[in-house]
Amino acid sequence: MADQKLVQELEEKAKTIRRGIVDMIGDARRGHLGGSLSIADIVAVLYYHTMRLSPGDPTWEDRDRFLLSKGHAALAQYAALIDLGYIPQEEMYKLKDLGSMTQGHPDMRKTPGIEAGTGSLGQGLSVGVGMALGLRLAGKDSRVYVIIGDGELNEGQIWEAAMAAAHYELDNLVAFVDYNGLQATGPTKESMGTDPLPDKWAAFGWHVINIDGHDIGQILDALEEAATVRKQPVMIIAKTVKGKGVSFAENVAGYHHAAMTTEQYKQALAELA
Amino acid sequence: MADKMEMRECYGQALVEAGRENEKIVVLEADLRKSTMGELFRQEFPERLFEVGIAEQNMIGMAAGFALTGWTAVANSFAVFASGRAFEQIRQSIALPRLNVKIGGSSGGLTDTGDGATHQSIADLAIMRSLPNMTVLCPADGIETKQAVQAMLELDGPVYIRIGRIEAPTLYDEDYKFELGKIVVMRPGEDVTLAAAGTMVGVALEAAKLLAKDGIDARVLNVHTLKPLDEGAILAAARETAGIVTVEEHNIIGGLGSAVAEVVSAADGGPVVRVGVADVFGQSSNCYEELLAAYGLTPENVRSKARSLLQKK
Repeated sequence: MADQKLVQELEEKAKTIRRGIVDMIGDARRGHLGGSLSIADIVAVLYYHTMRLSPGDPTWEDRDRFLLSKGHAALAQYAALIDLGYIPQEEMYKLKDLGSMTQGHPDMRKTPGIEAGTGSLGQGLSVGVGMALGLRLAGKDSRVYVIIGDGELNEGQIWEAAMAAAHYELDNLVAFVDYNGLQATGPTKESMGTDPLPDKWAAFGWHVINIDGHDIGQILDALEEAATVRKQPVMIIAKTVKGKGVSFAENVAGYHHAAMTTEQYKQALAELA
Repeated sequence: MADKMEMRECYGQALVEAGRENEKIVVLEADLRKSTMGELFRQEFPERLFEVGIAEQNMIGMAAGFALTGWTAVANSFAVFASGRAFEQIRQSIALPRLNVKIGGSSGGLTDTGDGATHQSIADLAIMRSLPNMTVLCPADGIETKQAVQAMLELDGPVYIRIGRIEAPTLYDEDYKFELGKIVVMRPGEDVTLAAAGTMVGVALEAAKLLAKDGIDARVLNVHTLKPLDEGAILAAARETAGIVTVEEHNIIGGLGSAVAEVVSAADGGPVVRVGVADVFGQSSNCYEELLAAYGLTPENVRSKARSLLQKK
């Protein structure tokens, strides 16, 4: 069982991230609200507890690596990177502006703390597999964390990477599926069914852990368990709610990429206060 | 020097030699390493060769991961799959973040003669050339292949290199010095220019001999680097001769011919005639030379195109 004080601290950080996501979109922009909110708790635990990082030195060679394969949810990562000081605070209000660090999808050449180029779906896990192998070959004990969307599992490349990770027994690789059940067009079950997810990943040779992706204690426990697994990559299937924390956006596919009215923006911030 | 050298062997040997000098080189293969000759690297450095199975998209992503953790990653497959199947992975995971990944496109052009249209690669140079940050190399013989491999590994950034599945006639001797991005004048000439890439450099040289018999003095250029293109040498040829005939084992759309025409037309520099695969797919043949002839990739056709260019002037 995770320490309750730590859980509370991380819950506050998750709120900070959610407020950042909402602030980035504000009442004047459009952005990927739903899928950013659904990963906020996982991002909080990784950035504020689990990962070995040096915010003052973003390319420190012994850092752990974070890859957002579902790159459109970058707002959650930007919010953490801004709070931790990787990205200057003023970038919070420049989402998708020409020349901004907060690009529509993460770009490692434009933004400190971003580890790769992701956003075209299905590619991040492969990059994570290469990183995990590259780190192991270099004798580094850094670990690689990848977040994949459940809609993204439609992409064949994900399963190529799944095979490779197990084939190479990558126990320094931990992936999350943000299992929120919605993709751009509507319910994932209607676009392309991906169930039974745990069985699929287990059949591909992964150590599978199922959690509530909004329960900080469960996220902490899962990551602790992941650290003990040997000769297998770890898949944490995190059941989440798209739009989590902002009532009007919860479980509404339309908030995959959306704008907010001034009233909605105020309401969202109030709900996250 | 052997008068013919297997380009793939030279490619594989060059990787091995580079691997001896540089411990940070890794090679990835998608179940074709015995054809690409990455197998030679595996024999000497098994711990630095990663077989990914028949999964080019994942291979490119993994190569990005290696580059991001400090390795120089070389990912090999047939040119048609390396550039086509994994195009979008190359675009996002390699070219956009400008990673130090080298993509070896083996069995380039029509050189996978027997396998036919599915395995022949007539669009790879066009699509790789279209990517920002990408360097595109197309060596002409075994000697140049070895040196081009060395040069690409010294460059910090994405490179696509096309290798033929043939014994290419040797055009250079061992003291040749490959310079990335610099066209080689293989034969000086004042009347017309034959600009060729890869396996077609030899064909262009043969064509120049035929033209000489006609009393025509052809300049022959080896455009081993399609990108960045040596615009100075192209424009000098456009200015100093009656026009340029491009020769490539590739669709006439998007490859060398297009690259040369882009530069020449921007400078209002005279005619460019493109010899290549005329926007059709390849097919099987049991004889490489027969296949080249079927698509007009012969010294005789290059001569005839050069002559008609001169007549129109």
